[in-house]
Amino acid sequence: MSSPLLQVNDLKKHFPVRGGVFSRKSNWVYAVDGVSFEVERGETLSLVGESGCGKSTVGRAILRLFDITGGQVVLDGQRIDDLSPGGLRSMRRRVQVVFQDPFSSLNPRMRVRDILAEPIRNFGLAKSAAELEAKVAALIDTVRLPRDALGRRPHEFSGGQRQRIGIARALAAEPELIVCDEAVSALDVSVKAQIVNLLQDLQREFGLALLFISHDLAIVEHMTHRVAVMYLGKIVEMAGRQQIFTAPRHPYTKALLSAVPVPEPGAIRNPIILKGDVPSPINPPSGCRFHTRCPFVFDRCRTEEPELRSIEGGRWVACHLEALPGQN
Amino acid sequence: MALLEVENLQTHFRTPEGINRAVDGVSFHVNEGETLAIVGESGCGKSVTSMSLMRLIAEPPGKIAGSIRFQGKDLLQLSEREMRAIRGNDISMIFQEPMTSLNPVLTVGRQIGETLRMHQGLDKQAAEARAIEMLTLVGIPEPVRRVREYPHQLSGGMRQRVMIAMALACNPKLLIADEPTTALDVTIQAQILQLMLDLKRRVGAAIVLITHDLGVVAEIAERVMVMYAGRKVEEAPVAELFRSPRHPYTQGLLGAVPKLGSSLTGAARRLAEIPGQVPSLKGRIEGCVFAGRCTLATDLCRQVAPGLEEKGPRHIAACHYARKEAAAA
Repeated sequence: MSSPLLQVNDLKKHFPVRGGVFSRKSNWVYAVDGVSFEVERGETLSLVGESGCGKSTVGRAILRLFDITGGQVVLDGQRIDDLSPGGLRSMRRRVQVVFQDPFSSLNPRMRVRDILAEPIRNFGLAKSAAELEAKVAALIDTVRLPRDALGRRPHEFSGGQRQRIGIARALAAEPELIVCDEAVSALDVSVKAQIVNLLQDLQREFGLALLFISHDLAIVEHMTHRVAVMYLGKIVEMAGRQQIFTAPRHPYTKALLSAVPVPEPGAIRNPIILKGDVPSPINPPSGCRFHTRCPFVFDRCRTEEPELRSIEGGRWVACHLEALPGQN
Repeated sequence: MALLEVENLQTHFRTPEGINRAVDGVSFHVNEGETLAIVGESGCGKSVTSMSLMRLIAEPPGKIAGSIRFQGKDLLQLSEREMRAIRGNDISMIFQEPMTSLNPVLTVGRQIGETLRMHQGLDKQAAEARAIEMLTLVGIPEPVRRVREYPHQLSGGMRQRVMIAMALACNPKLLIADEPTTALDVTIQAQILQLMLDLKRRVGAAIVLITHDLGVVAEIAERVMVMYAGRKVEEAPVAELFRSPRHPYTQGLLGAVPKLGSSLTGAARRLAEIPGQVPSLKGRIEGCVFAGRCTLATDLCRQVAPGLEEKGPRHIAACHYARKEAAAA
């Protein structure tokens, strides 16, 4: 069996908090604290969770936008977290990113043609000027923008169109994995649907793997294969799309799903309303990190941290309730 | 008589490129104790409508025309002084950004108390006591301690609760909530929506809810008005609107939202797309505002703007081709 495209083992990223006189390091934010998962070729894995759960930090660590504190990131059998800047180049071609804000992630001074040509040139993917031009034209067709868009600059486009340019730029490097960091969150409903459909089409066409980072659970359910739910820097549950959305096991997943308002008036819902707010990742709670808000908390949760364990085909849960009899 | 009657509201802005018709001839009403949702995408004029109701539009470059009758009085005819007596007292507002709409250098108690001291003439002690009462009402733990804290010491959800406490302190008759939960996480959103429903039952204020989230609309609205490019395109009671939307834009909007539970229905279907994007509001749009993106559009639509017509019981839509309910049905 071939190895998965991406493997993340016990990934940790702690950011220093500076404060006081001379900006001494006074504390650490445990943004990501031991996260492991795999992404297969052509698969969509979604990272979901609320603000501050560390989902974006995981995405950025995989892109090597900063050095990680601990753990390993393995791309196609090769460790990439300790690569030298030179060694990173080829990895950067294979892993691309689409950011949330289409207004700040495109260089306003460059024409769309140059934005798309840059990665092709950088990675030496075209042998001649004619081939470069052909590739750029093909990219703009792929994301369904008119050819005359190539001569214009980013400010001339709407949010949805800019996101298409961002996707075309990611595709230009002919990647195997695209990290979509809240790639559709800033878009209006009708435009969001266009971009979601486009991403799904591209995945099918090019066999792309997607790491889809989002807080929008309905969109995630619509387009993902597997889901990892994060809370305060940890994965609390990971399973296939249908497993998560039809029969969530972790109390946090249950609460998260039940909290999403359904666009159906009069729908009978019994939302599990969690009390309080997410605790600070600077000083995460002892034991299970969710115990301060969990409706099913018992003594063991306060002292002992539950491990992420496989409980049935492809489903992983980190909860002490799973160890109690009568849970299945 | 309705609590609020808005007629032919036009809010235009003068810009270097011409006049931007952000709101272009919108009429609606809100009954006492009712929740009306105004839905639409960015740039449809829903927020400008809400700001116009409070007369919070800077003039110039803005200009508000039409009439906004609140309890029979036209708010657009009042002096700034008279208007100030209404803001925060009879009509109050919750904004989207709880981070930027609270004053960072005043304690939350002082900010809640300010409206009470100004409108109800309470003294400092009485205002603080009432502020503590309000914080308790909106479910903030340890209100006696929190009342002396500053906004930065509170989380996003708590700040939004403070905003709600402030808005409700004077028992307003009308509460305008502009995207009140958009900046919040879902579990916190669920808390705030629950709180708003609860308070509405207890306080009995009418609510104008501005949002783009159809899930939130289904949850708390009674009547819905859909806006597109500065105009009202459809209005109906909430169940009716979701069951049988008449305007092609509303239909498109509802089809474009994935619903939780899609994995139960098996194969992933494509989301319905509305092709193209919202038209520019600079320069007058001839004909139907949606014609450029509508798959049903004909020459008639491109030339003649459709009026709002009754399409069913309490259901109006602005479309030449929207089906009417059969009289017998």
